[in-house]
Amino acid sequence: MTAPAAQPAELAIVAHDLTRRFGNFTAVDHITFDVKAGEVFGFLGANGAGKTTAIKMLTGLLAPSEGDARVAGLDLKTETEQIRQRIGYMSQRFSLYEDLTVLENIALYGGIYGLTDKQIADRSAAMLSTLGLTDEMVAKLPLGWKQKLSFSVALLHEPAIVFLDEPTGGVDPITRRQFWEMIYAAAARGTTVFVTTHYMDEAEYCDRISIMVDGRIATMGTPLELKEQWNVPSIDELFVRLARPT
Amino acid sequence: MTDPAVVVSDVTKRFGETLALDGISFEAHHGELFGLVGPDGAGKTTLFRILTTLQVPDSGAVTVLGLDVVKDLWAIRSRVGYMPGRFSLYGDLTVRENLSFFASVFGTTIEKGYSLIAPVYRQIEMFADRRADALSGGMKQKLALSCALVHRPDILFLDEPTTGVDAVSRREFWDQLGLLRESGLTIVVSTPYMDEAMRCDRVALMQEGRILQIDSPKEIGTRYPLPLVEVFGRDRYRLLLMLRKAPHAHSVYPFGTKLHFTDDRKNYDPAKVAAELRDYLAREGFQEVEINPIEAGIEDRFMDLMPPARRAS
Amino acid sequence: MISTLGAFVTKEIRHILRDRQTLTILLLMPLVQVVLFGYALRSDVRDVRLAIVDPSPDYATLELRNRFQAARRFKIVATERSISRIEPLFRKSKIDLVVSLDPDFAAHIEAGEPARVFIAVDASDPNTGSTMQAYARAVIAEYEQDLGAKGASAVRIAPEVRMRFNPTLESVNLFIPGLIALVLTLVSALMTAISLSREKERGTLEILLVSPLRPWQIIVGKVLPYLALAFANALTALLAAWLIFDVPFRGSVTLLLVECIIYSMVSLAIGVLVATLTATQRVAMLVALLATMLPSTLLSGMVFPLASMPRILQVLSNVVPAKWFIVVARGIMLKGVGLEHLWKETLVLTGMTMAFMIIAVRSFKARVA
Repeated sequence: MTAPAAQPAELAIVAHDLTRRFGNFTAVDHITFDVKAGEVFGFLGANGAGKTTAIKMLTGLLAPSEGDARVAGLDLKTETEQIRQRIGYMSQRFSLYEDLTVLENIALYGGIYGLTDKQIADRSAAMLSTLGLTDEMVAKLPLGWKQKLSFSVALLHEPAIVFLDEPTGGVDPITRRQFWEMIYAAAARGTTVFVTTHYMDEAEYCDRISIMVDGRIATMGTPLELKEQWNVPSIDELFVRLARPT
Repeated sequence: MTDPAVVVSDVTKRFGETLALDGISFEAHHGELFGLVGPDGAGKTTLFRILTTLQVPDSGAVTVLGLDVVKDLWAIRSRVGYMPGRFSLYGDLTVRENLSFFASVFGTTIEKGYSLIAPVYRQIEMFADRRADALSGGMKQKLALSCALVHRPDILFLDEPTTGVDAVSRREFWDQLGLLRESGLTIVVSTPYMDEAMRCDRVALMQEGRILQIDSPKEIGTRYPLPLVEVFGRDRYRLLLMLRKAPHAHSVYPFGTKLHFTDDRKNYDPAKVAAELRDYLAREGFQEVEINPIEAGIEDRFMDLMPPARRAS
Repeated sequence: MISTLGAFVTKEIRHILRDRQTLTILLLMPLVQVVLFGYALRSDVRDVRLAIVDPSPDYATLELRNRFQAARRFKIVATERSISRIEPLFRKSKIDLVVSLDPDFAAHIEAGEPARVFIAVDASDPNTGSTMQAYARAVIAEYEQDLGAKGASAVRIAPEVRMRFNPTLESVNLFIPGLIALVLTLVSALMTAISLSREKERGTLEILLVSPLRPWQIIVGKVLPYLALAFANALTALLAAWLIFDVPFRGSVTLLLVECIIYSMVSLAIGVLVATLTATQRVAMLVALLATMLPSTLLSGMVFPLASMPRILQVLSNVVPAKWFIVVARGIMLKGVGLEHLWKETLVLTGMTMAFMIIAVRSFKARVA
């Protein structure tokens, strides 16, 4: 059973005054934003700005201290379990099991999300063919292939929204672009993609972006709008300007 | 000191089944800011370990400051400044304690090295009594650089010094490197970031244990063999797919909000390429596209030099 | 060079002092261990089940029997006339101790001849065994004294003790040297191994290597602070043994401390060796434990007597430094002998130190791979 695809008019994510505190420290400070269905939304910020905390809240891994959000049409606080069925998640840190093969990993995640054996078999075959992989130990794959495979596995159960936490890192420019083309393809199919990255050039691949500084959203909009608004030649420049302390 | 500061000659290094370095050769001159650019797995760290005498090549020869890395390792080790990846510092020691320890390891003191490290160290000096693990990424980076410089080395080896550091600190770091280079210090630095490569005097593009090309950043761009145009329009993804089907499409890649289209006809006029594409796209229903010839950058060149099996179909 | 070494040692000391948790453990540990082991091993001997064999009761035997009755520690569970009735009780573990009095006990005393008492103890637990027989002899000795005080001349009650079910006797005194060895091993070998491999894991070792520092300097710099710590621990353990458990110190304390230092150095060398051969802290710790603690506990004669082990293990134990140290420590503490008797063991320990140190420095690669 797969999640119903989001209607074009719907908002995939709506966050309102979302806050998270750890003791005295406010990691995420009343952020408010929304993400349209089928959009590629880039959530940018320096390390420690609060990006990872925010994504953990949106994926139900961390409870907000204040504020609320709706993800895939469901309430974040009360319907967390159902949300998990409708979203996919991938990050550099949390990835596939290195000591299992490709197919074993797919079967594992398929099982977790309740796919039937037939669905798993069909989708495994499709994935191997699209990625051009053979079934081998994940540990043997080069980093770029692992990333692409991770992404595909996150999409295995056809979620409405997929959250990517710093998905590309350390790979060559071509592999990075191939990954982004996979993101485009997913978005073209109607999947909303919420991605965090510290590569500012990747920011420009997104439909809309937001930049977090010290737990708050400092600015938000399409890359072009922002470049005009702030009069900077690149998002990298914009970031430097926002992040540089006085 | 007229010899090249670094001479690497046909170096190979294997780890079990993996060939980390496959016949690498290059030279770095005195006073140069030399960059090694490439993704993970290119062999950069292995190369650095060989240059700093921590590892021995399986074959080939390497000299640093005219000294052989295998035979003269102790002579080299006292004259080299080294910042390994993940800038290793003693987290439970303070900033000043770290610095004075590394100074004493080389038989010197902070005072003696102060004039060299001052531009960098002054930015963290106010935290001299703070424990190193309480510093931000950018400050740790500056401390690590200070520790590598305090004994006034003749050559500096920095292995991916900006990994895991925010964009602002990265820029400031490279500003510092520029200043150091101006003072005559030879610097060999590796990075996976193409934009940082632009700030080097010369750059070696590395991929999977091989050097694809060595040149100044500008030259690398002008050596691009095929006509290159930049395409901008709405519905980027469909545009991309459509361009790939265009006649004479050699490669099409996203570059930020735009797309880079490389034509496969050598020496063909890029302006003509632009015009032809405009017609083609109009026929396919893409109005309002901007197409301009551009000069290739390092990234374009890098991708072009990569083995064909890697190029997107 | 000296100042470089000095700077290194200073850095190491800082690391140790700032790692509060580990430091607390290291300083408290000898104390805790000694106290724990000491008390745990010395089980409280109460309610010793006593059987008395009195073939010919008279005023002397009755008096003795009364004293045993009165003693809180004993509980008389059987009184028989013949020892043959006792044997089955022993085997069924219904009694702990038998006091069997000679026939015509009082007559012997009056005649000025030794009146014999045969004591058999269930010594399967070696500690309680020895303690119980000590209690019994104490009661008897007191009676003997009282008799002598009354004016009867040359009263002699000659107890003959048989330790049943356990040929050897180990008591708390004999454990202490082993404990000290254990404590020293822990601090020296384990902590050095962890410290060195932590440097490797952190990546700072790479920077140290690409510097004028030679491998031996790095090793000595690492080792010196832990040597000092080990020495402090040895002192603490010895003090605790002396003050809390009244362990005797019949020999030269100075010699003992010197031997402690030598033994620490062997352990330190082993710790360094382990660290150079392993890749991560976790593995280093495990290997260090296996290579030092295990042999030190099982094969050194500390807990299990070497004499009762199969030949091959006895031979193997010669490679265990703790074995030699325990011989030395027991010799000095319990027998009061000096270097003239212990030179062989000392030589072995010194030799081991040098051998391990050389191997460690050699295997500490000046290169990463």
